[in-house]
Amino acid sequence: MLHTVNKSPFQNTTLESCVRFARSGDVILLIEDGVLAAQAGNAKIALLEEAMQKCEVLALSADLKARAVTELVPGIKITDYNGFVDLVEKNTTHSWL
Amino acid sequence: MKLAVCIYEGPYNHAASDTAYNFIQAAVQKGHEIKGIFFYHDGVYNVTKLMEPPQDDRHIANRWSALGATGIDIVVCIAAAKRRGIVDDVLVPNVRISGLGQLTMMAIEADRLVVFGD
Amino acid sequence: MAEEIKKIMFTVRKAPHGTIYVYEGLEVKLIMAAYDADISVVFMDDGVFAVKKGQNTKELGIKGFEATYGALVDYEITKVFVDRQSMEERGMTEDDLVVIGEDEDTEEPIKPQVVESDAIAAMMAEQHNILAF
Repeated sequence: MLHTVNKSPFQNTTLESCVRFARSGDVILLIEDGVLAAQAGNAKIALLEEAMQKCEVLALSADLKARAVTELVPGIKITDYNGFVDLVEKNTTHSWL
Repeated sequence: MKLAVCIYEGPYNHAASDTAYNFIQAAVQKGHEIKGIFFYHDGVYNVTKLMEPPQDDRHIANRWSALGATGIDIVVCIAAAKRRGIVDDVLVPNVRISGLGQLTMMAIEADRLVVFGD
Repeated sequence: MAEEIKKIMFTVRKAPHGTIYVYEGLEVKLIMAAYDADISVVFMDDGVFAVKKGQNTKELGIKGFEATYGALVDYEITKVFVDRQSMEERGMTEDDLVVIGEDEDTEEPIKPQVVESDAIAAMMAEQHNILAF
């Protein structure tokens, strides 16, 4: 499964719910305001570490750049729209709106 | 692979339409077939020709229309459109108004459906 | 050979009335029910409030839709689930949930099934496509 998250973890519990339901081997892609979770040194690191224990966590480069998020929580990978399409090709997608 | 995309939010106010557009551009360039694009909720506002953004900004409706001109089926939900005053007369070319049955067919027939919204 | 019936899941994670997502999302479910698809609906996070009984939207001046949930089984939408943790975190119990129809034989009311998160996660993994509202 591919899970997309487009909300900041400081705004609501969307990322938390996504991590709760994500299964081992799933992929979580942070897009739009969701990429704010990737900012290094943020207070939600425990949630991201929990996510990365079972899932691959990526953030969309265009959204990171637009928000000047350049230093990432260690372990979070960066992808672009091409990578997004590849992830969709490989997985059924659930959008955590 | 056959992909379908559903967009729930209006233009400019929310990133959903832009993210969906960029995603679809990448998918097309990679050779995927876009089974359809479905505008629902406030997403129906994305394809009105009444919008007139500043010259230095992207023209969201024209961008979708250009994508429709390449043969991609772009559908505006009739129930959502009528509720919001969107009718055939105000639509940009290369998009059409139809029912939720179209979304159903996309969900069933596309290999993957991706939803962009708030 | 008949084509395989596709599994389509709806996730409802938003509260009703704050936005139109839940209401227009319900319209999609009712339409899709007329097609050959194996439909399931999962209420999770604030979406559990969509299936809390006793909603009265009169003072808001908007049309409510709680009664429509009472017809889900009539529409042959029977795979209706509620995430237990979401429900309990929000101070709700199974008694708070709407009735979605009645059993054809016994006429007993049918309610959404309250299930654990891992069961929902397993169902999600089996879907052809998932629509979130």
